[in-house]
Amino acid sequence: MKFAVIVFPGSNCDRDMYYAAKDALGEEAELVWYQDADLAEYDAILLPGGFSYGDYLRSGAIASTSHVVAEIKKQAKKGVPILGVCNGFQILLESGLLPGAMLRNQKLKFMCHYQELIVENNKTMFTTAYQDKESISLPIAHGEGNYYCDQETLKELQANNQIVFTYADNPNGSISDIAGIINKEGNVLGMMPHPERAVEDILGSADGLKLFQSVLNNWREAYVTNA
Amino acid sequence: MKKVKIYITLKQGVLDPQGKAVQDSLQTLGYDGVKEARVGKYMELTVEDGENVEKKVEDMCAKLLANPVIEDYEYTIEEGVTQ
Amino acid sequence: MLQTPEISPEKIETDALYKDMGVTDEEYQLIKKIMGRRPNFTETGIFSVMWSEHCSYKNSKPLLRKFPTKGEHVLQGPGEGAGIVDIGDGQAVVFKVESHNHPSAVEPYQGAATGVGGIIRDVFSMGARPIAILNSLRFGNLTSGRVKYLFEGVVDGIAGYGNCVGVPTVGGEVQFDNSYEGNPLVNAMCVGIIDQKDIQKGIAAGVGNTVIYAGARTGRDGIHGATFASEDLSEESESKRPSVQVGDPFMEKLLIEACLEVIHEDALVGIQDMGAAGLTSSASEMASKAGTGMEMDLDLVPQRELNMTPYELMLSESQERMLLVVKQGQEQEIIDVFKKFGLEAVAVGRVTDDKRFRLLHKGEVAADIPVDSLAEDAPVYHKPSKVPAYFEEFQQMEDYYPVVKNHSEVLKTLLQQPTIASKEWVYDQYDSMVQTNTVITPGSDAAVLRVRGTNKALAMTTDCNSRYIYLDPATGGKIAVAEAARNIVCSGGKPLALTDGLNFGNPEKPENFWQMEKSVEGMSDASLKLNTPVISGNVSLYNESNGQSIFPTPVVGMVGLIESLDHITPSFFQQAGDAIYLIGDTKAEFGGSELQNVLENKYFGKAPAIDLDIEEKRQNQLLKAIQSGVIASAHDLAEGGLAVALAESLFDKELGCEIKVDGDLTVKLFSESQSRFLVSVKPEHQDAFEKLVEDANYLGKVTDYTDIKVESSGELVVDEPVKNLKALWKGAIPCLLKSKD
Repeated sequence: MKFAVIVFPGSNCDRDMYYAAKDALGEEAELVWYQDADLAEYDAILLPGGFSYGDYLRSGAIASTSHVVAEIKKQAKKGVPILGVCNGFQILLESGLLPGAMLRNQKLKFMCHYQELIVENNKTMFTTAYQDKESISLPIAHGEGNYYCDQETLKELQANNQIVFTYADNPNGSISDIAGIINKEGNVLGMMPHPERAVEDILGSADGLKLFQSVLNNWREAYVTNA
Repeated sequence: MKKVKIYITLKQGVLDPQGKAVQDSLQTLGYDGVKEARVGKYMELTVEDGENVEKKVEDMCAKLLANPVIEDYEYTIEEGVTQ
Repeated sequence: MLQTPEISPEKIETDALYKDMGVTDEEYQLIKKIMGRRPNFTETGIFSVMWSEHCSYKNSKPLLRKFPTKGEHVLQGPGEGAGIVDIGDGQAVVFKVESHNHPSAVEPYQGAATGVGGIIRDVFSMGARPIAILNSLRFGNLTSGRVKYLFEGVVDGIAGYGNCVGVPTVGGEVQFDNSYEGNPLVNAMCVGIIDQKDIQKGIAAGVGNTVIYAGARTGRDGIHGATFASEDLSEESESKRPSVQVGDPFMEKLLIEACLEVIHEDALVGIQDMGAAGLTSSASEMASKAGTGMEMDLDLVPQRELNMTPYELMLSESQERMLLVVKQGQEQEIIDVFKKFGLEAVAVGRVTDDKRFRLLHKGEVAADIPVDSLAEDAPVYHKPSKVPAYFEEFQQMEDYYPVVKNHSEVLKTLLQQPTIASKEWVYDQYDSMVQTNTVITPGSDAAVLRVRGTNKALAMTTDCNSRYIYLDPATGGKIAVAEAARNIVCSGGKPLALTDGLNFGNPEKPENFWQMEKSVEGMSDASLKLNTPVISGNVSLYNESNGQSIFPTPVVGMVGLIESLDHITPSFFQQAGDAIYLIGDTKAEFGGSELQNVLENKYFGKAPAIDLDIEEKRQNQLLKAIQSGVIASAHDLAEGGLAVALAESLFDKELGCEIKVDGDLTVKLFSESQSRFLVSVKPEHQDAFEKLVEDANYLGKVTDYTDIKVESSGELVVDEPVKNLKALWKGAIPCLLKSKD
């Protein structure tokens, strides 16, 4: 399986994402500079964390206007798995690939530590390796991770099982403890916690690896004969 | 040239913790009369004269400068200095 | 402000205008002699910044020469952007500490942020990828609104810059004392990793080669920052705000990536960042180091503001700028790399053979100076030194012995002292995990990062107990180095080398200079003994506010090598049933202790003694035991002594312990005797451990019921739920910040 890790000016978890796919998962991965993007050859697209364009204006806002995001939208329509983590999630929100928006953390401080999450939906292509309602530990590292949407959108997210991860102990004020959501079609996942930072025991947790394994397993099942 | 002044604030109903912090802080300083504070952004654009300036500004706000999910915007368009 | 170039050389001399730039009468005469004429306004400005303490070390040079700077692993000692140490496999670690004290005192967010930005540039300009940031911070007590504002602003600034630029902030230390009330200390250390073949130097070699300016445009910010950093802070400093630079971490991130790509280009000859004294210091130092000259056309320098004068262009400290020397004819290769990242890179000059530093502006020569005179001819001052009266008085005093009635209550009080209390409020705001190498995160003795692709790891720490140094600079200097090394050893590493961040008061006061002299001597002794040469550093003097000097604070930043990932050792207890031992001897030593602070609200008497032979022996013993695999956890004893170390060891996993101590309880629990470690050992390893450290004192066991129980002479003298202690320890700083003045 071949992963593209999109690198925007100011992305800073791009290498972490690359190592997670390449070393921890053991699949092919490439860092793709946002201007060079031809995404047709990739089986999955990863939008890493960081501070694209310095988070100027709003987190993810400027990156969402770039040409590569238009390309990503095309791939999304084709059903290619797309994962946005942290700033990648913010870009997905700003580009309209996922509903809602991010506000500053309620305490107005950046925060970085391990946080307990609940897997709310283990039927998505990103989460089949987890148990239903499994409690996992992933790092968060953000200043604007306070997810917001209006009540109507929230009802829709709930009705369609689009809430994939919630915080066991809400750190940032997110509505309904939301930590990660997926689109209706089930191939675009955005989440604030960093699965790519938790793929080896030496880093404190390997709970994030299952997310990458889920993507791989489901891709194999769909595309590789005799898998 | 036209001078466009854009004011962006969080929508009513969206929690504004920064505004709350400012309000608390002002009260600590003794300004008890401050009943609400909302923090937003202010932008200035210098835009060439032309047709539909207002329409263009409206578009810019909706497409990029503000996020309609959480933010409201207003703007004024003034005759700027000629250059 | 002195910013008009029209002021004539005559007027500068007759009205002694050079003094406003920090140049003394004698220095002005020396400059005149070097130039063979009166220097013009721009030239005077250039000399003033290059001969400031910050750039020339004119007051500290005689002291810095005492430091041991060589060692078998040292690839680059002081003199370049940062020092470099070999870690095997063709790789090396690059590191340096730098202060940004004065800017942080007037504008804490930007002062701290640009401090972080500057030290990161020092590291990547050597060709290394920055992998970690640490810091060492000092503030007044968290009781005044101003101090809280400074503290919150500095932490916010470090977070704002470091998080955005994608370099994890993995460790550091924060201490509080009244002496830092108006003059906080903000020292940032950056650690990088490099393939040895990629090591770059800041040299302008090759006559005819092109000088390229890359990065942010030059504005009027930070003009005279280097001189500003070399003056006492006063009420007037508030009005010097325009001197403070503004950082753009997004630009820095792009610069890092572009520069790390550029170093692989054959066209690159030399690269240096524009730090203190901006274009002036980077350009003149690069030429001076290469034995060449340089000519620059200032009209070509990218400018952010209109009508900038040569003086302003040369002295601006706008951030995120680099200067490169590139082979003639191959400029485009380099420019294209920067262009990819959306960065400006333009040719602004060339390398010459006449050893002159010549600047052109609007078709005229704006400055023409013998280049070596800037970097090498700054006067060196041997300041008078005098033993302070307080020191003699302290040495005469009888040993201080505190009276403690309730040891449990004292422990609680100690855990809530801001210097001891949990710094989670601080480090939670830092991204400590980006780059996914951080194995031991902030809150331990040392941070540990694995070296990707190898079985090795790096341990790193910053340390300095300035109270001991105030009481006795020579002893305290030794302790600062020893304690940093202890932190490294506890995590399983062998200390490699150190970087020093020397923060002192006004050196013109003989008592202050004596403190500098003695603490440097102490640090040198310990560095030699522990085989940790000084490979880079920074000097910040004139740290005073309203006439009061700070405690002498020579911060030690140290990096160690952990030879195998299996040796990585946590600083807190791991499991119930493990045996607890104390390594090292405890004497009645309370001078400069946290307990003295709590009971007397001041520091006096003698600092704890340190014997470097014993220190070395203890460190070797512990490292050997760790490498043999018999140590479950190791923590060094510091402020608050054994009792605090025990409590800290229990918090992470919320375990309990049951220990017995004999003899004087106050001494055993709270003395700050040096060269001691608290370790835990699995039962099956106890025999092996006791053979390796024969005189280790067995204290008791880790328990799974979560109380800390200390028994002495058959009596339970401390019996507290660990949860309660942890809540006090964790809540102390947030609580102080919330309380109104």
